Amino acid sequence: MPHEIKEISEISDFRGINDMKRFIGFLIKEFYHIFRDFRTLLILFGMPVAQILLFGFAITNEIKDVKIAILDESKDNVTREISDKLLSSGYFLLYDNLQSVKDIEPEFRKGIIKEVIIFEPNFSDNLFKTGSANIQLIADASEPNLANMIVAYTTSIITNYRSEITKSEDVLPSINTEIKMRFNPNLKSVFMFVPGLMAVILLLVSALMTSISITKEKEMGTMEVLLVSPLKPFQIIIGKVIPYLLLAFVNAFVILGLAQFIFGVPIVGNTILLVLESALFVIVALSLGILISTISNNQQTAMMISLGGLMLPTIILSGYIFPIENMPIVLQIISNAVPARWFIAIVKGIMLKGSSFGYIMKETFVLIGMAVFFIFLSIIKFKTRLE
Amino acid sequence: MENENIIYAENLTKKFGSFVAVNSISFSVKKGEIYGFLGANGAGKTTAIRMLCGLSTPSSGKATVAGFDVYKQTENIKKNIGYMSQKFSLYEDLTVKENITFYGGIYGLSDKEIKEKTEYLLDILKIGDAKDKLIKSLPLGWKQKLAFSVAVIHNPKIVFLDEPTGGVDPLTRRQFWNMIYEEASRGITVFVTTHYMDEAEYCNRVSIMSDGIIAALDTPSKLKEKYNANTMHEVFVKIAR
Repeated sequence: MPHEIKEISEISDFRGINDMKRFIGFLIKEFYHIFRDFRTLLILFGMPVAQILLFGFAITNEIKDVKIAILDESKDNVTREISDKLLSSGYFLLYDNLQSVKDIEPEFRKGIIKEVIIFEPNFSDNLFKTGSANIQLIADASEPNLANMIVAYTTSIITNYRSEITKSEDVLPSINTEIKMRFNPNLKSVFMFVPGLMAVILLLVSALMTSISITKEKEMGTMEVLLVSPLKPFQIIIGKVIPYLLLAFVNAFVILGLAQFIFGVPIVGNTILLVLESALFVIVALSLGILISTISNNQQTAMMISLGGLMLPTIILSGYIFPIENMPIVLQIISNAVPARWFIAIVKGIMLKGSSFGYIMKETFVLIGMAVFFIFLSIIKFKTRLE
Repeated sequence: MENENIIYAENLTKKFGSFVAVNSISFSVKKGEIYGFLGANGAGKTTAIRMLCGLSTPSSGKATVAGFDVYKQTENIKKNIGYMSQKFSLYEDLTVKENITFYGGIYGLSDKEIKEKTEYLLDILKIGDAKDKLIKSLPLGWKQKLAFSVAVIHNPKIVFLDEPTGGVDPLTRRQFWNMIYEEASRGITVFVTTHYMDEAEYCNRVSIMSDGIIAALDTPSKLKEKYNANTMHEVFVKIAR
């Protein structure tokens, strides 16, 4: 039917409109893929919710009701007051009053108590006559972080008590150590995790899902057909990317919403700035996804590269879980190459400190640079592959 | 002559570094012809097809497809060809109807045309009942026939079939070739690669590639005569060796 062929090529003269129609058809197909794959969809939307609830409720760095034992060899007013102060703080629960030093070891071995507080004999006499008295803190360091925190909390309560009595005795003014936790006054761990979680989820949805979706076409042989069709390569790539861009945003809003309404994590800074910066990070992640898909031939490879090459550094080297300042210098240098490191700094700045653009400009430019670099690299890779 | 030769290649060459995948091949395909493009694995068939489809730029030589130059007019080539590979090119998680709509859409058919085509194809392939079923639930033979119908949905001037009948039973292959004949009779040129030598017999003309060059090109009957063979299979073995 040569007649029909002519008709089609005539329509093609309206190139812009036709290109747009092709592209929309392609987008519709992509959404079919996503919504038909129920399990992936469940992971995509279930995971952020599950993770934030887990981090918010279960995994916590806060100290609460830690069981301790007290060995009071003095049993005077001062030791009793200090004990009361410790136990009424909400951080500690008295599990046992020990009678002798011999009891300490067996008590720890039971594994229930995390700390023993020992007051020396004649504590109050020593304190008021010589001006110094000794308290020994023994902590169970089989969980080092927890032990550190328990000791720090105990010390601060005792210091606090000391400053109170020096004041009332009206002796020489002593130095008061006042500890104040800024931006996260209650040291709530969910504050810490929200920015990191944003980075992980956005990266997962954008980079992992995009790379899998593109390599799937390659694996199934449909990519060839698409390339032979009048669709242009950039239309194929953009069409692949847009659905995940939208999904990433839905996820970002879910995380921020949950954080705010369930855990009371504030967005102190400018919300629009936060959204724009998130968009920038998503673009970096998407370009990484495209890059991964150009170097892998099947879905497994794409998944392994995404998980091993992106997720792992994002979780470990971005400051999400482990503070960058505490890393060996080599890892600190490597962490500069992890996009999430910069994004987490940005999100923390905007959400918790209310930083304006001026303060996060450096991080923003690093991310822009990364986006440009990865997109450029993908284009080169894509072109050489076509040959 | 140009008008009659819908595919025309002259000294077409593709090098990858020092490796010559396609070495100066020349041939032409007439409008409405069923042209068999044979060759052992690694003989350079795929590279040649990729150049003709506008996916890969030749290193040297000339070629036109549907009157368009393979160097400069790949956009036009793409609008005028159809393509189907061994992998059937349909989306497994889309329904029959959605696949037809999608491919109709990317080839620029209007909504009305797509609707008409869908009804026509469902009717002629007798799969009206399965129109809302996912492709993955269909038997292989159905998928293959549908994939071919979809590859020619936009009435291309040429359709490239890259080993379209791999893994299908003989009866379905026979039916598939009937579909090919039908399209050819409507004026669509068919450019087909295959491993089945009985299928080579169905072609109007056949070329056999070996080590990047076209070792033989003629009608199946003349080739058999020339190589003193009873079947295309024997011809192929003699040349490929």
